[in-house]
Amino acid sequence: MFKGIKAGLASLKAGLARTHNAIMGNVEAAFSGASREEILENLEESLILSDIGVAASSRIVDELRGQFAGKDPERLKELLRSSIYRILKEAEAPLVPTASPFVIMALGVNGVGKTTTIGKLASRYTSEGRSVLLAAGDTFRAAAIEQLELWGERVGCQVIRQAHGGDPGAIAFDAVRAAISRKSDVLILDTAGRLHTKTNLVEELKKVKRIVGRELPGAPHENLLVLDASTGQNALNQARLFNEAIGVTGIALTKLDGTAKGGIIVPIAGELKIPIRLIGVGESASDLKDFDAREFVDALI
Amino acid sequence: MLEGLSDKFRKVLKDVRGHGALSDSNIQDALKEVRLALLEADVNLVVVKDFIAAVKEKALGKEVLGSLTPGQQFTKVVHDELTRLLGGSEATLELKGRPPVIMLVGLQGSGKTTTAAKLAVHLKGRGRNPYIVPADMFRLAAVLQLKKLASEARVDCFDSEGYSKADAVCAEALRIAGIKGYDCVIVDTAGRLHIDDALMDELKTLKGILKPSEVLFVADSMTGQDAVNTAKGFDSAVGVTGVALTKFDGDARGGAALSMRMTTGKPIKFVGVGEKIDALEVFHPSRLAGRILDMGDVLTLIEKAEATLGEKEAKELQRKIKKDSFTLEDFKGQLQQIKKMGSIESILSMVPGFNAVKNAKDVKIDEKEILRVEAIINSMTMKERVDPSCLNASRRQRIAKGSGTKVSDVNKLMNQYQDMRKMMKMMRNSGGRGMKGLLNRMR
Ligand SMILES: Nc1nc2c(ncn2[C@@H]2O[C@H](COP(=O)(O)OP(=O)(O)OP(=O)(O)O)[C@@H](O)[C@H]2O)c(=O)[nH]1
Ligand SMILES: Nc1nc2c(ncn2[C@@H]2O[C@H](COP(=O)(O)OP(=O)(O)OP(=O)(O)O)[C@@H](O)[C@H]2O)c(=O)[nH]1
Ligand SMILES: [Mg+2]
Ligand SMILES: [Mg+2]
Repeated sequence: MFKGIKAGLASLKAGLARTHNAIMGNVEAAFSGASREEILENLEESLILSDIGVAASSRIVDELRGQFAGKDPERLKELLRSSIYRILKEAEAPLVPTASPFVIMALGVNGVGKTTTIGKLASRYTSEGRSVLLAAGDTFRAAAIEQLELWGERVGCQVIRQAHGGDPGAIAFDAVRAAISRKSDVLILDTAGRLHTKTNLVEELKKVKRIVGRELPGAPHENLLVLDASTGQNALNQARLFNEAIGVTGIALTKLDGTAKGGIIVPIAGELKIPIRLIGVGESASDLKDFDAREFVDALI
Repeated sequence: MLEGLSDKFRKVLKDVRGHGALSDSNIQDALKEVRLALLEADVNLVVVKDFIAAVKEKALGKEVLGSLTPGQQFTKVVHDELTRLLGGSEATLELKGRPPVIMLVGLQGSGKTTTAAKLAVHLKGRGRNPYIVPADMFRLAAVLQLKKLASEARVDCFDSEGYSKADAVCAEALRIAGIKGYDCVIVDTAGRLHIDDALMDELKTLKGILKPSEVLFVADSMTGQDAVNTAKGFDSAVGVTGVALTKFDGDARGGAALSMRMTTGKPIKFVGVGEKIDALEVFHPSRLAGRILDMGDVLTLIEKAEATLGEKEAKELQRKIKKDSFTLEDFKGQLQQIKKMGSIESILSMVPGFNAVKNAKDVKIDEKEILRVEAIINSMTMKERVDPSCLNASRRQRIAKGSGTKVSDVNKLMNQYQDMRKMMKMMRNSGGRGMKGLLNRMR
């Protein structure tokens, strides 16, 4: 069933190495006897190619320009690495359940990997010996409920569901009640993919959040925004708008096993200071890692 | 919010008028703005560089025509070049073979399954009898997802449940399609990474079985710089025939489309604009060009106006604009249409990043103003409405009195009307680019 089960770490390394190579190609090219300005310009371009964005890339490189007078490529690279590391390190924060039941609500635009990340998280928590309950809050997309149910089967945890087309608020209500009465350690709520620009759908999400909070004060404990690493500048809009509407408490960055670099997470971390929790590096249950700023930066520059 | 690119051009090129032509030195700043706009729209950096070089070549030495400002002239060069590169004219589906097969490929979560159902709806609407084949044996509930969408679309769907291999599904589905006489087959495949050799090989095998006349690369319009790699990867492995761009109903600028087009040379054929199975549009290069450049989706605006206007009225209006016989009577009609369409803000808000949105309060025409204008026009004779040039001072005084307004109001309206005619003339000459200016003039 699993497509090419890779040892988790190996696939992460491979994914990050690819990212690394793609960028390093540019960086190395930059250091072949070029002038200081050329080096800086090329560094900036390599950042842009990783989706960090023009604004953040030039800000970071301008800072470098001011900090360091020389044209030693190694030193410039090191400084660049450390300024990005500083931004990301501040955002590095694993997701650790602190309450019981600990309620996680996954959200994000269509197809980024919410349901899969939920399956992976359920697998992680289950293997840590916690009891996990899932809630099929995507009542809109065809077979979204069944997809989550199959994850539940695979991982071995129960799934609260209603019929397709049902009210996500009602499911959230049922799920929180069930998590409390069954004394579940973790409840993870799936939600339908929605574009951050669709106000009515964002309102629906707010309502789900309100219901959860009403049934269990303090919940949801984590509003986990799932972002796709292959997304470009739009991810910043996604993070901004969802954060304004819902209050995002953590980010999971998926699909880092591809060639996309996920650099957009840098301006997101810099501007919004949202903790980056997890990265997705494949489609299997084990392809979920805690975000590690050092590893990420080493792969990036 | 981004400032409109055409506004920036206007600013950085405002000095050019004196020189009379776009030159290497005077377009540098404008080219920087183009670069920035394209990068912010997620066009790949390498593609941006090629594009800038092409635009520079096209723009250099261009005389600034009397009726255009240098900014407008440059805007036109950029927009036209982008439109040309994005595809020139609209691409159509190639349906050859017995039965013709359309195969959908792409990265995970890009929208293949949804697009399969959308295409079925699209083809059914054109009198075809499509057959949907779910060949994603990997993703949990992927087969069920497509079965449900197919039944929603009232299109037959191969029952892949119970199969474990996609090649077996494809072979059997093709056999059945032949027997039952479907006249096109739409095959959904599992999402995969272009660097996953085993899975790319599987795709090649499926293609060998299906012999599709279309292999559509389904790509997310929010994709960033990596679009060049994935599009190239899929194209070189399986040979795609076109691109379907999904999730364009958000605020993504869609620059990835240009990256994909430039690196593969394959046309963009469809645009997905929603989750529902009827939310598929045929691709229009100039619309996307406007969106990438953040210059406003002029055509959509015009279409919205048309939808409210009714087709006949719209045609009539277009005819009048073309023939330059737009009268004050028509102007009055236009104002009423604006009332019907909702506020100018709501129209402009359809345009992502449209800089006028933030100035919308300036653009806003309030109800009172429309009423005043209507009153003024109502106080005119038919001759005056059709040929306002006869409005001398005494006629203006009479009209002001009759409409309970001041002569200055009448004068203002006449100026607006003249401006509007000018803008229309420009629209005629440049294919719609003047719409924004037109709206601006109406404040
Ligand atoms: N390669 C790779 N694929 C992933 C990863 N995470 C999710 N996917 C795949 O991405 C696709 C979409 O994942 P889903 O979990 O269904 O996404 P979603 O956000 O729930 O989608 P909607 O509910 O439709 O909005 C599936 O094919 C997943 O297998 C990842 O880290 N790497
Ligand atoms: N807003 C919007 N959502 C879309 C569009 N096209 C697809 N989607 C949504 O994007 C998500 C993923 O779509 P799918 O059709 O399942 O994507 P897929 O490529 O088949 O995914 P995998 O099979 O997992 O690789 C779903 O939530 C769809 O409803 C679109 O044009 N606009
Ligand atoms: Mg989902
Ligand atoms: Mg699918």
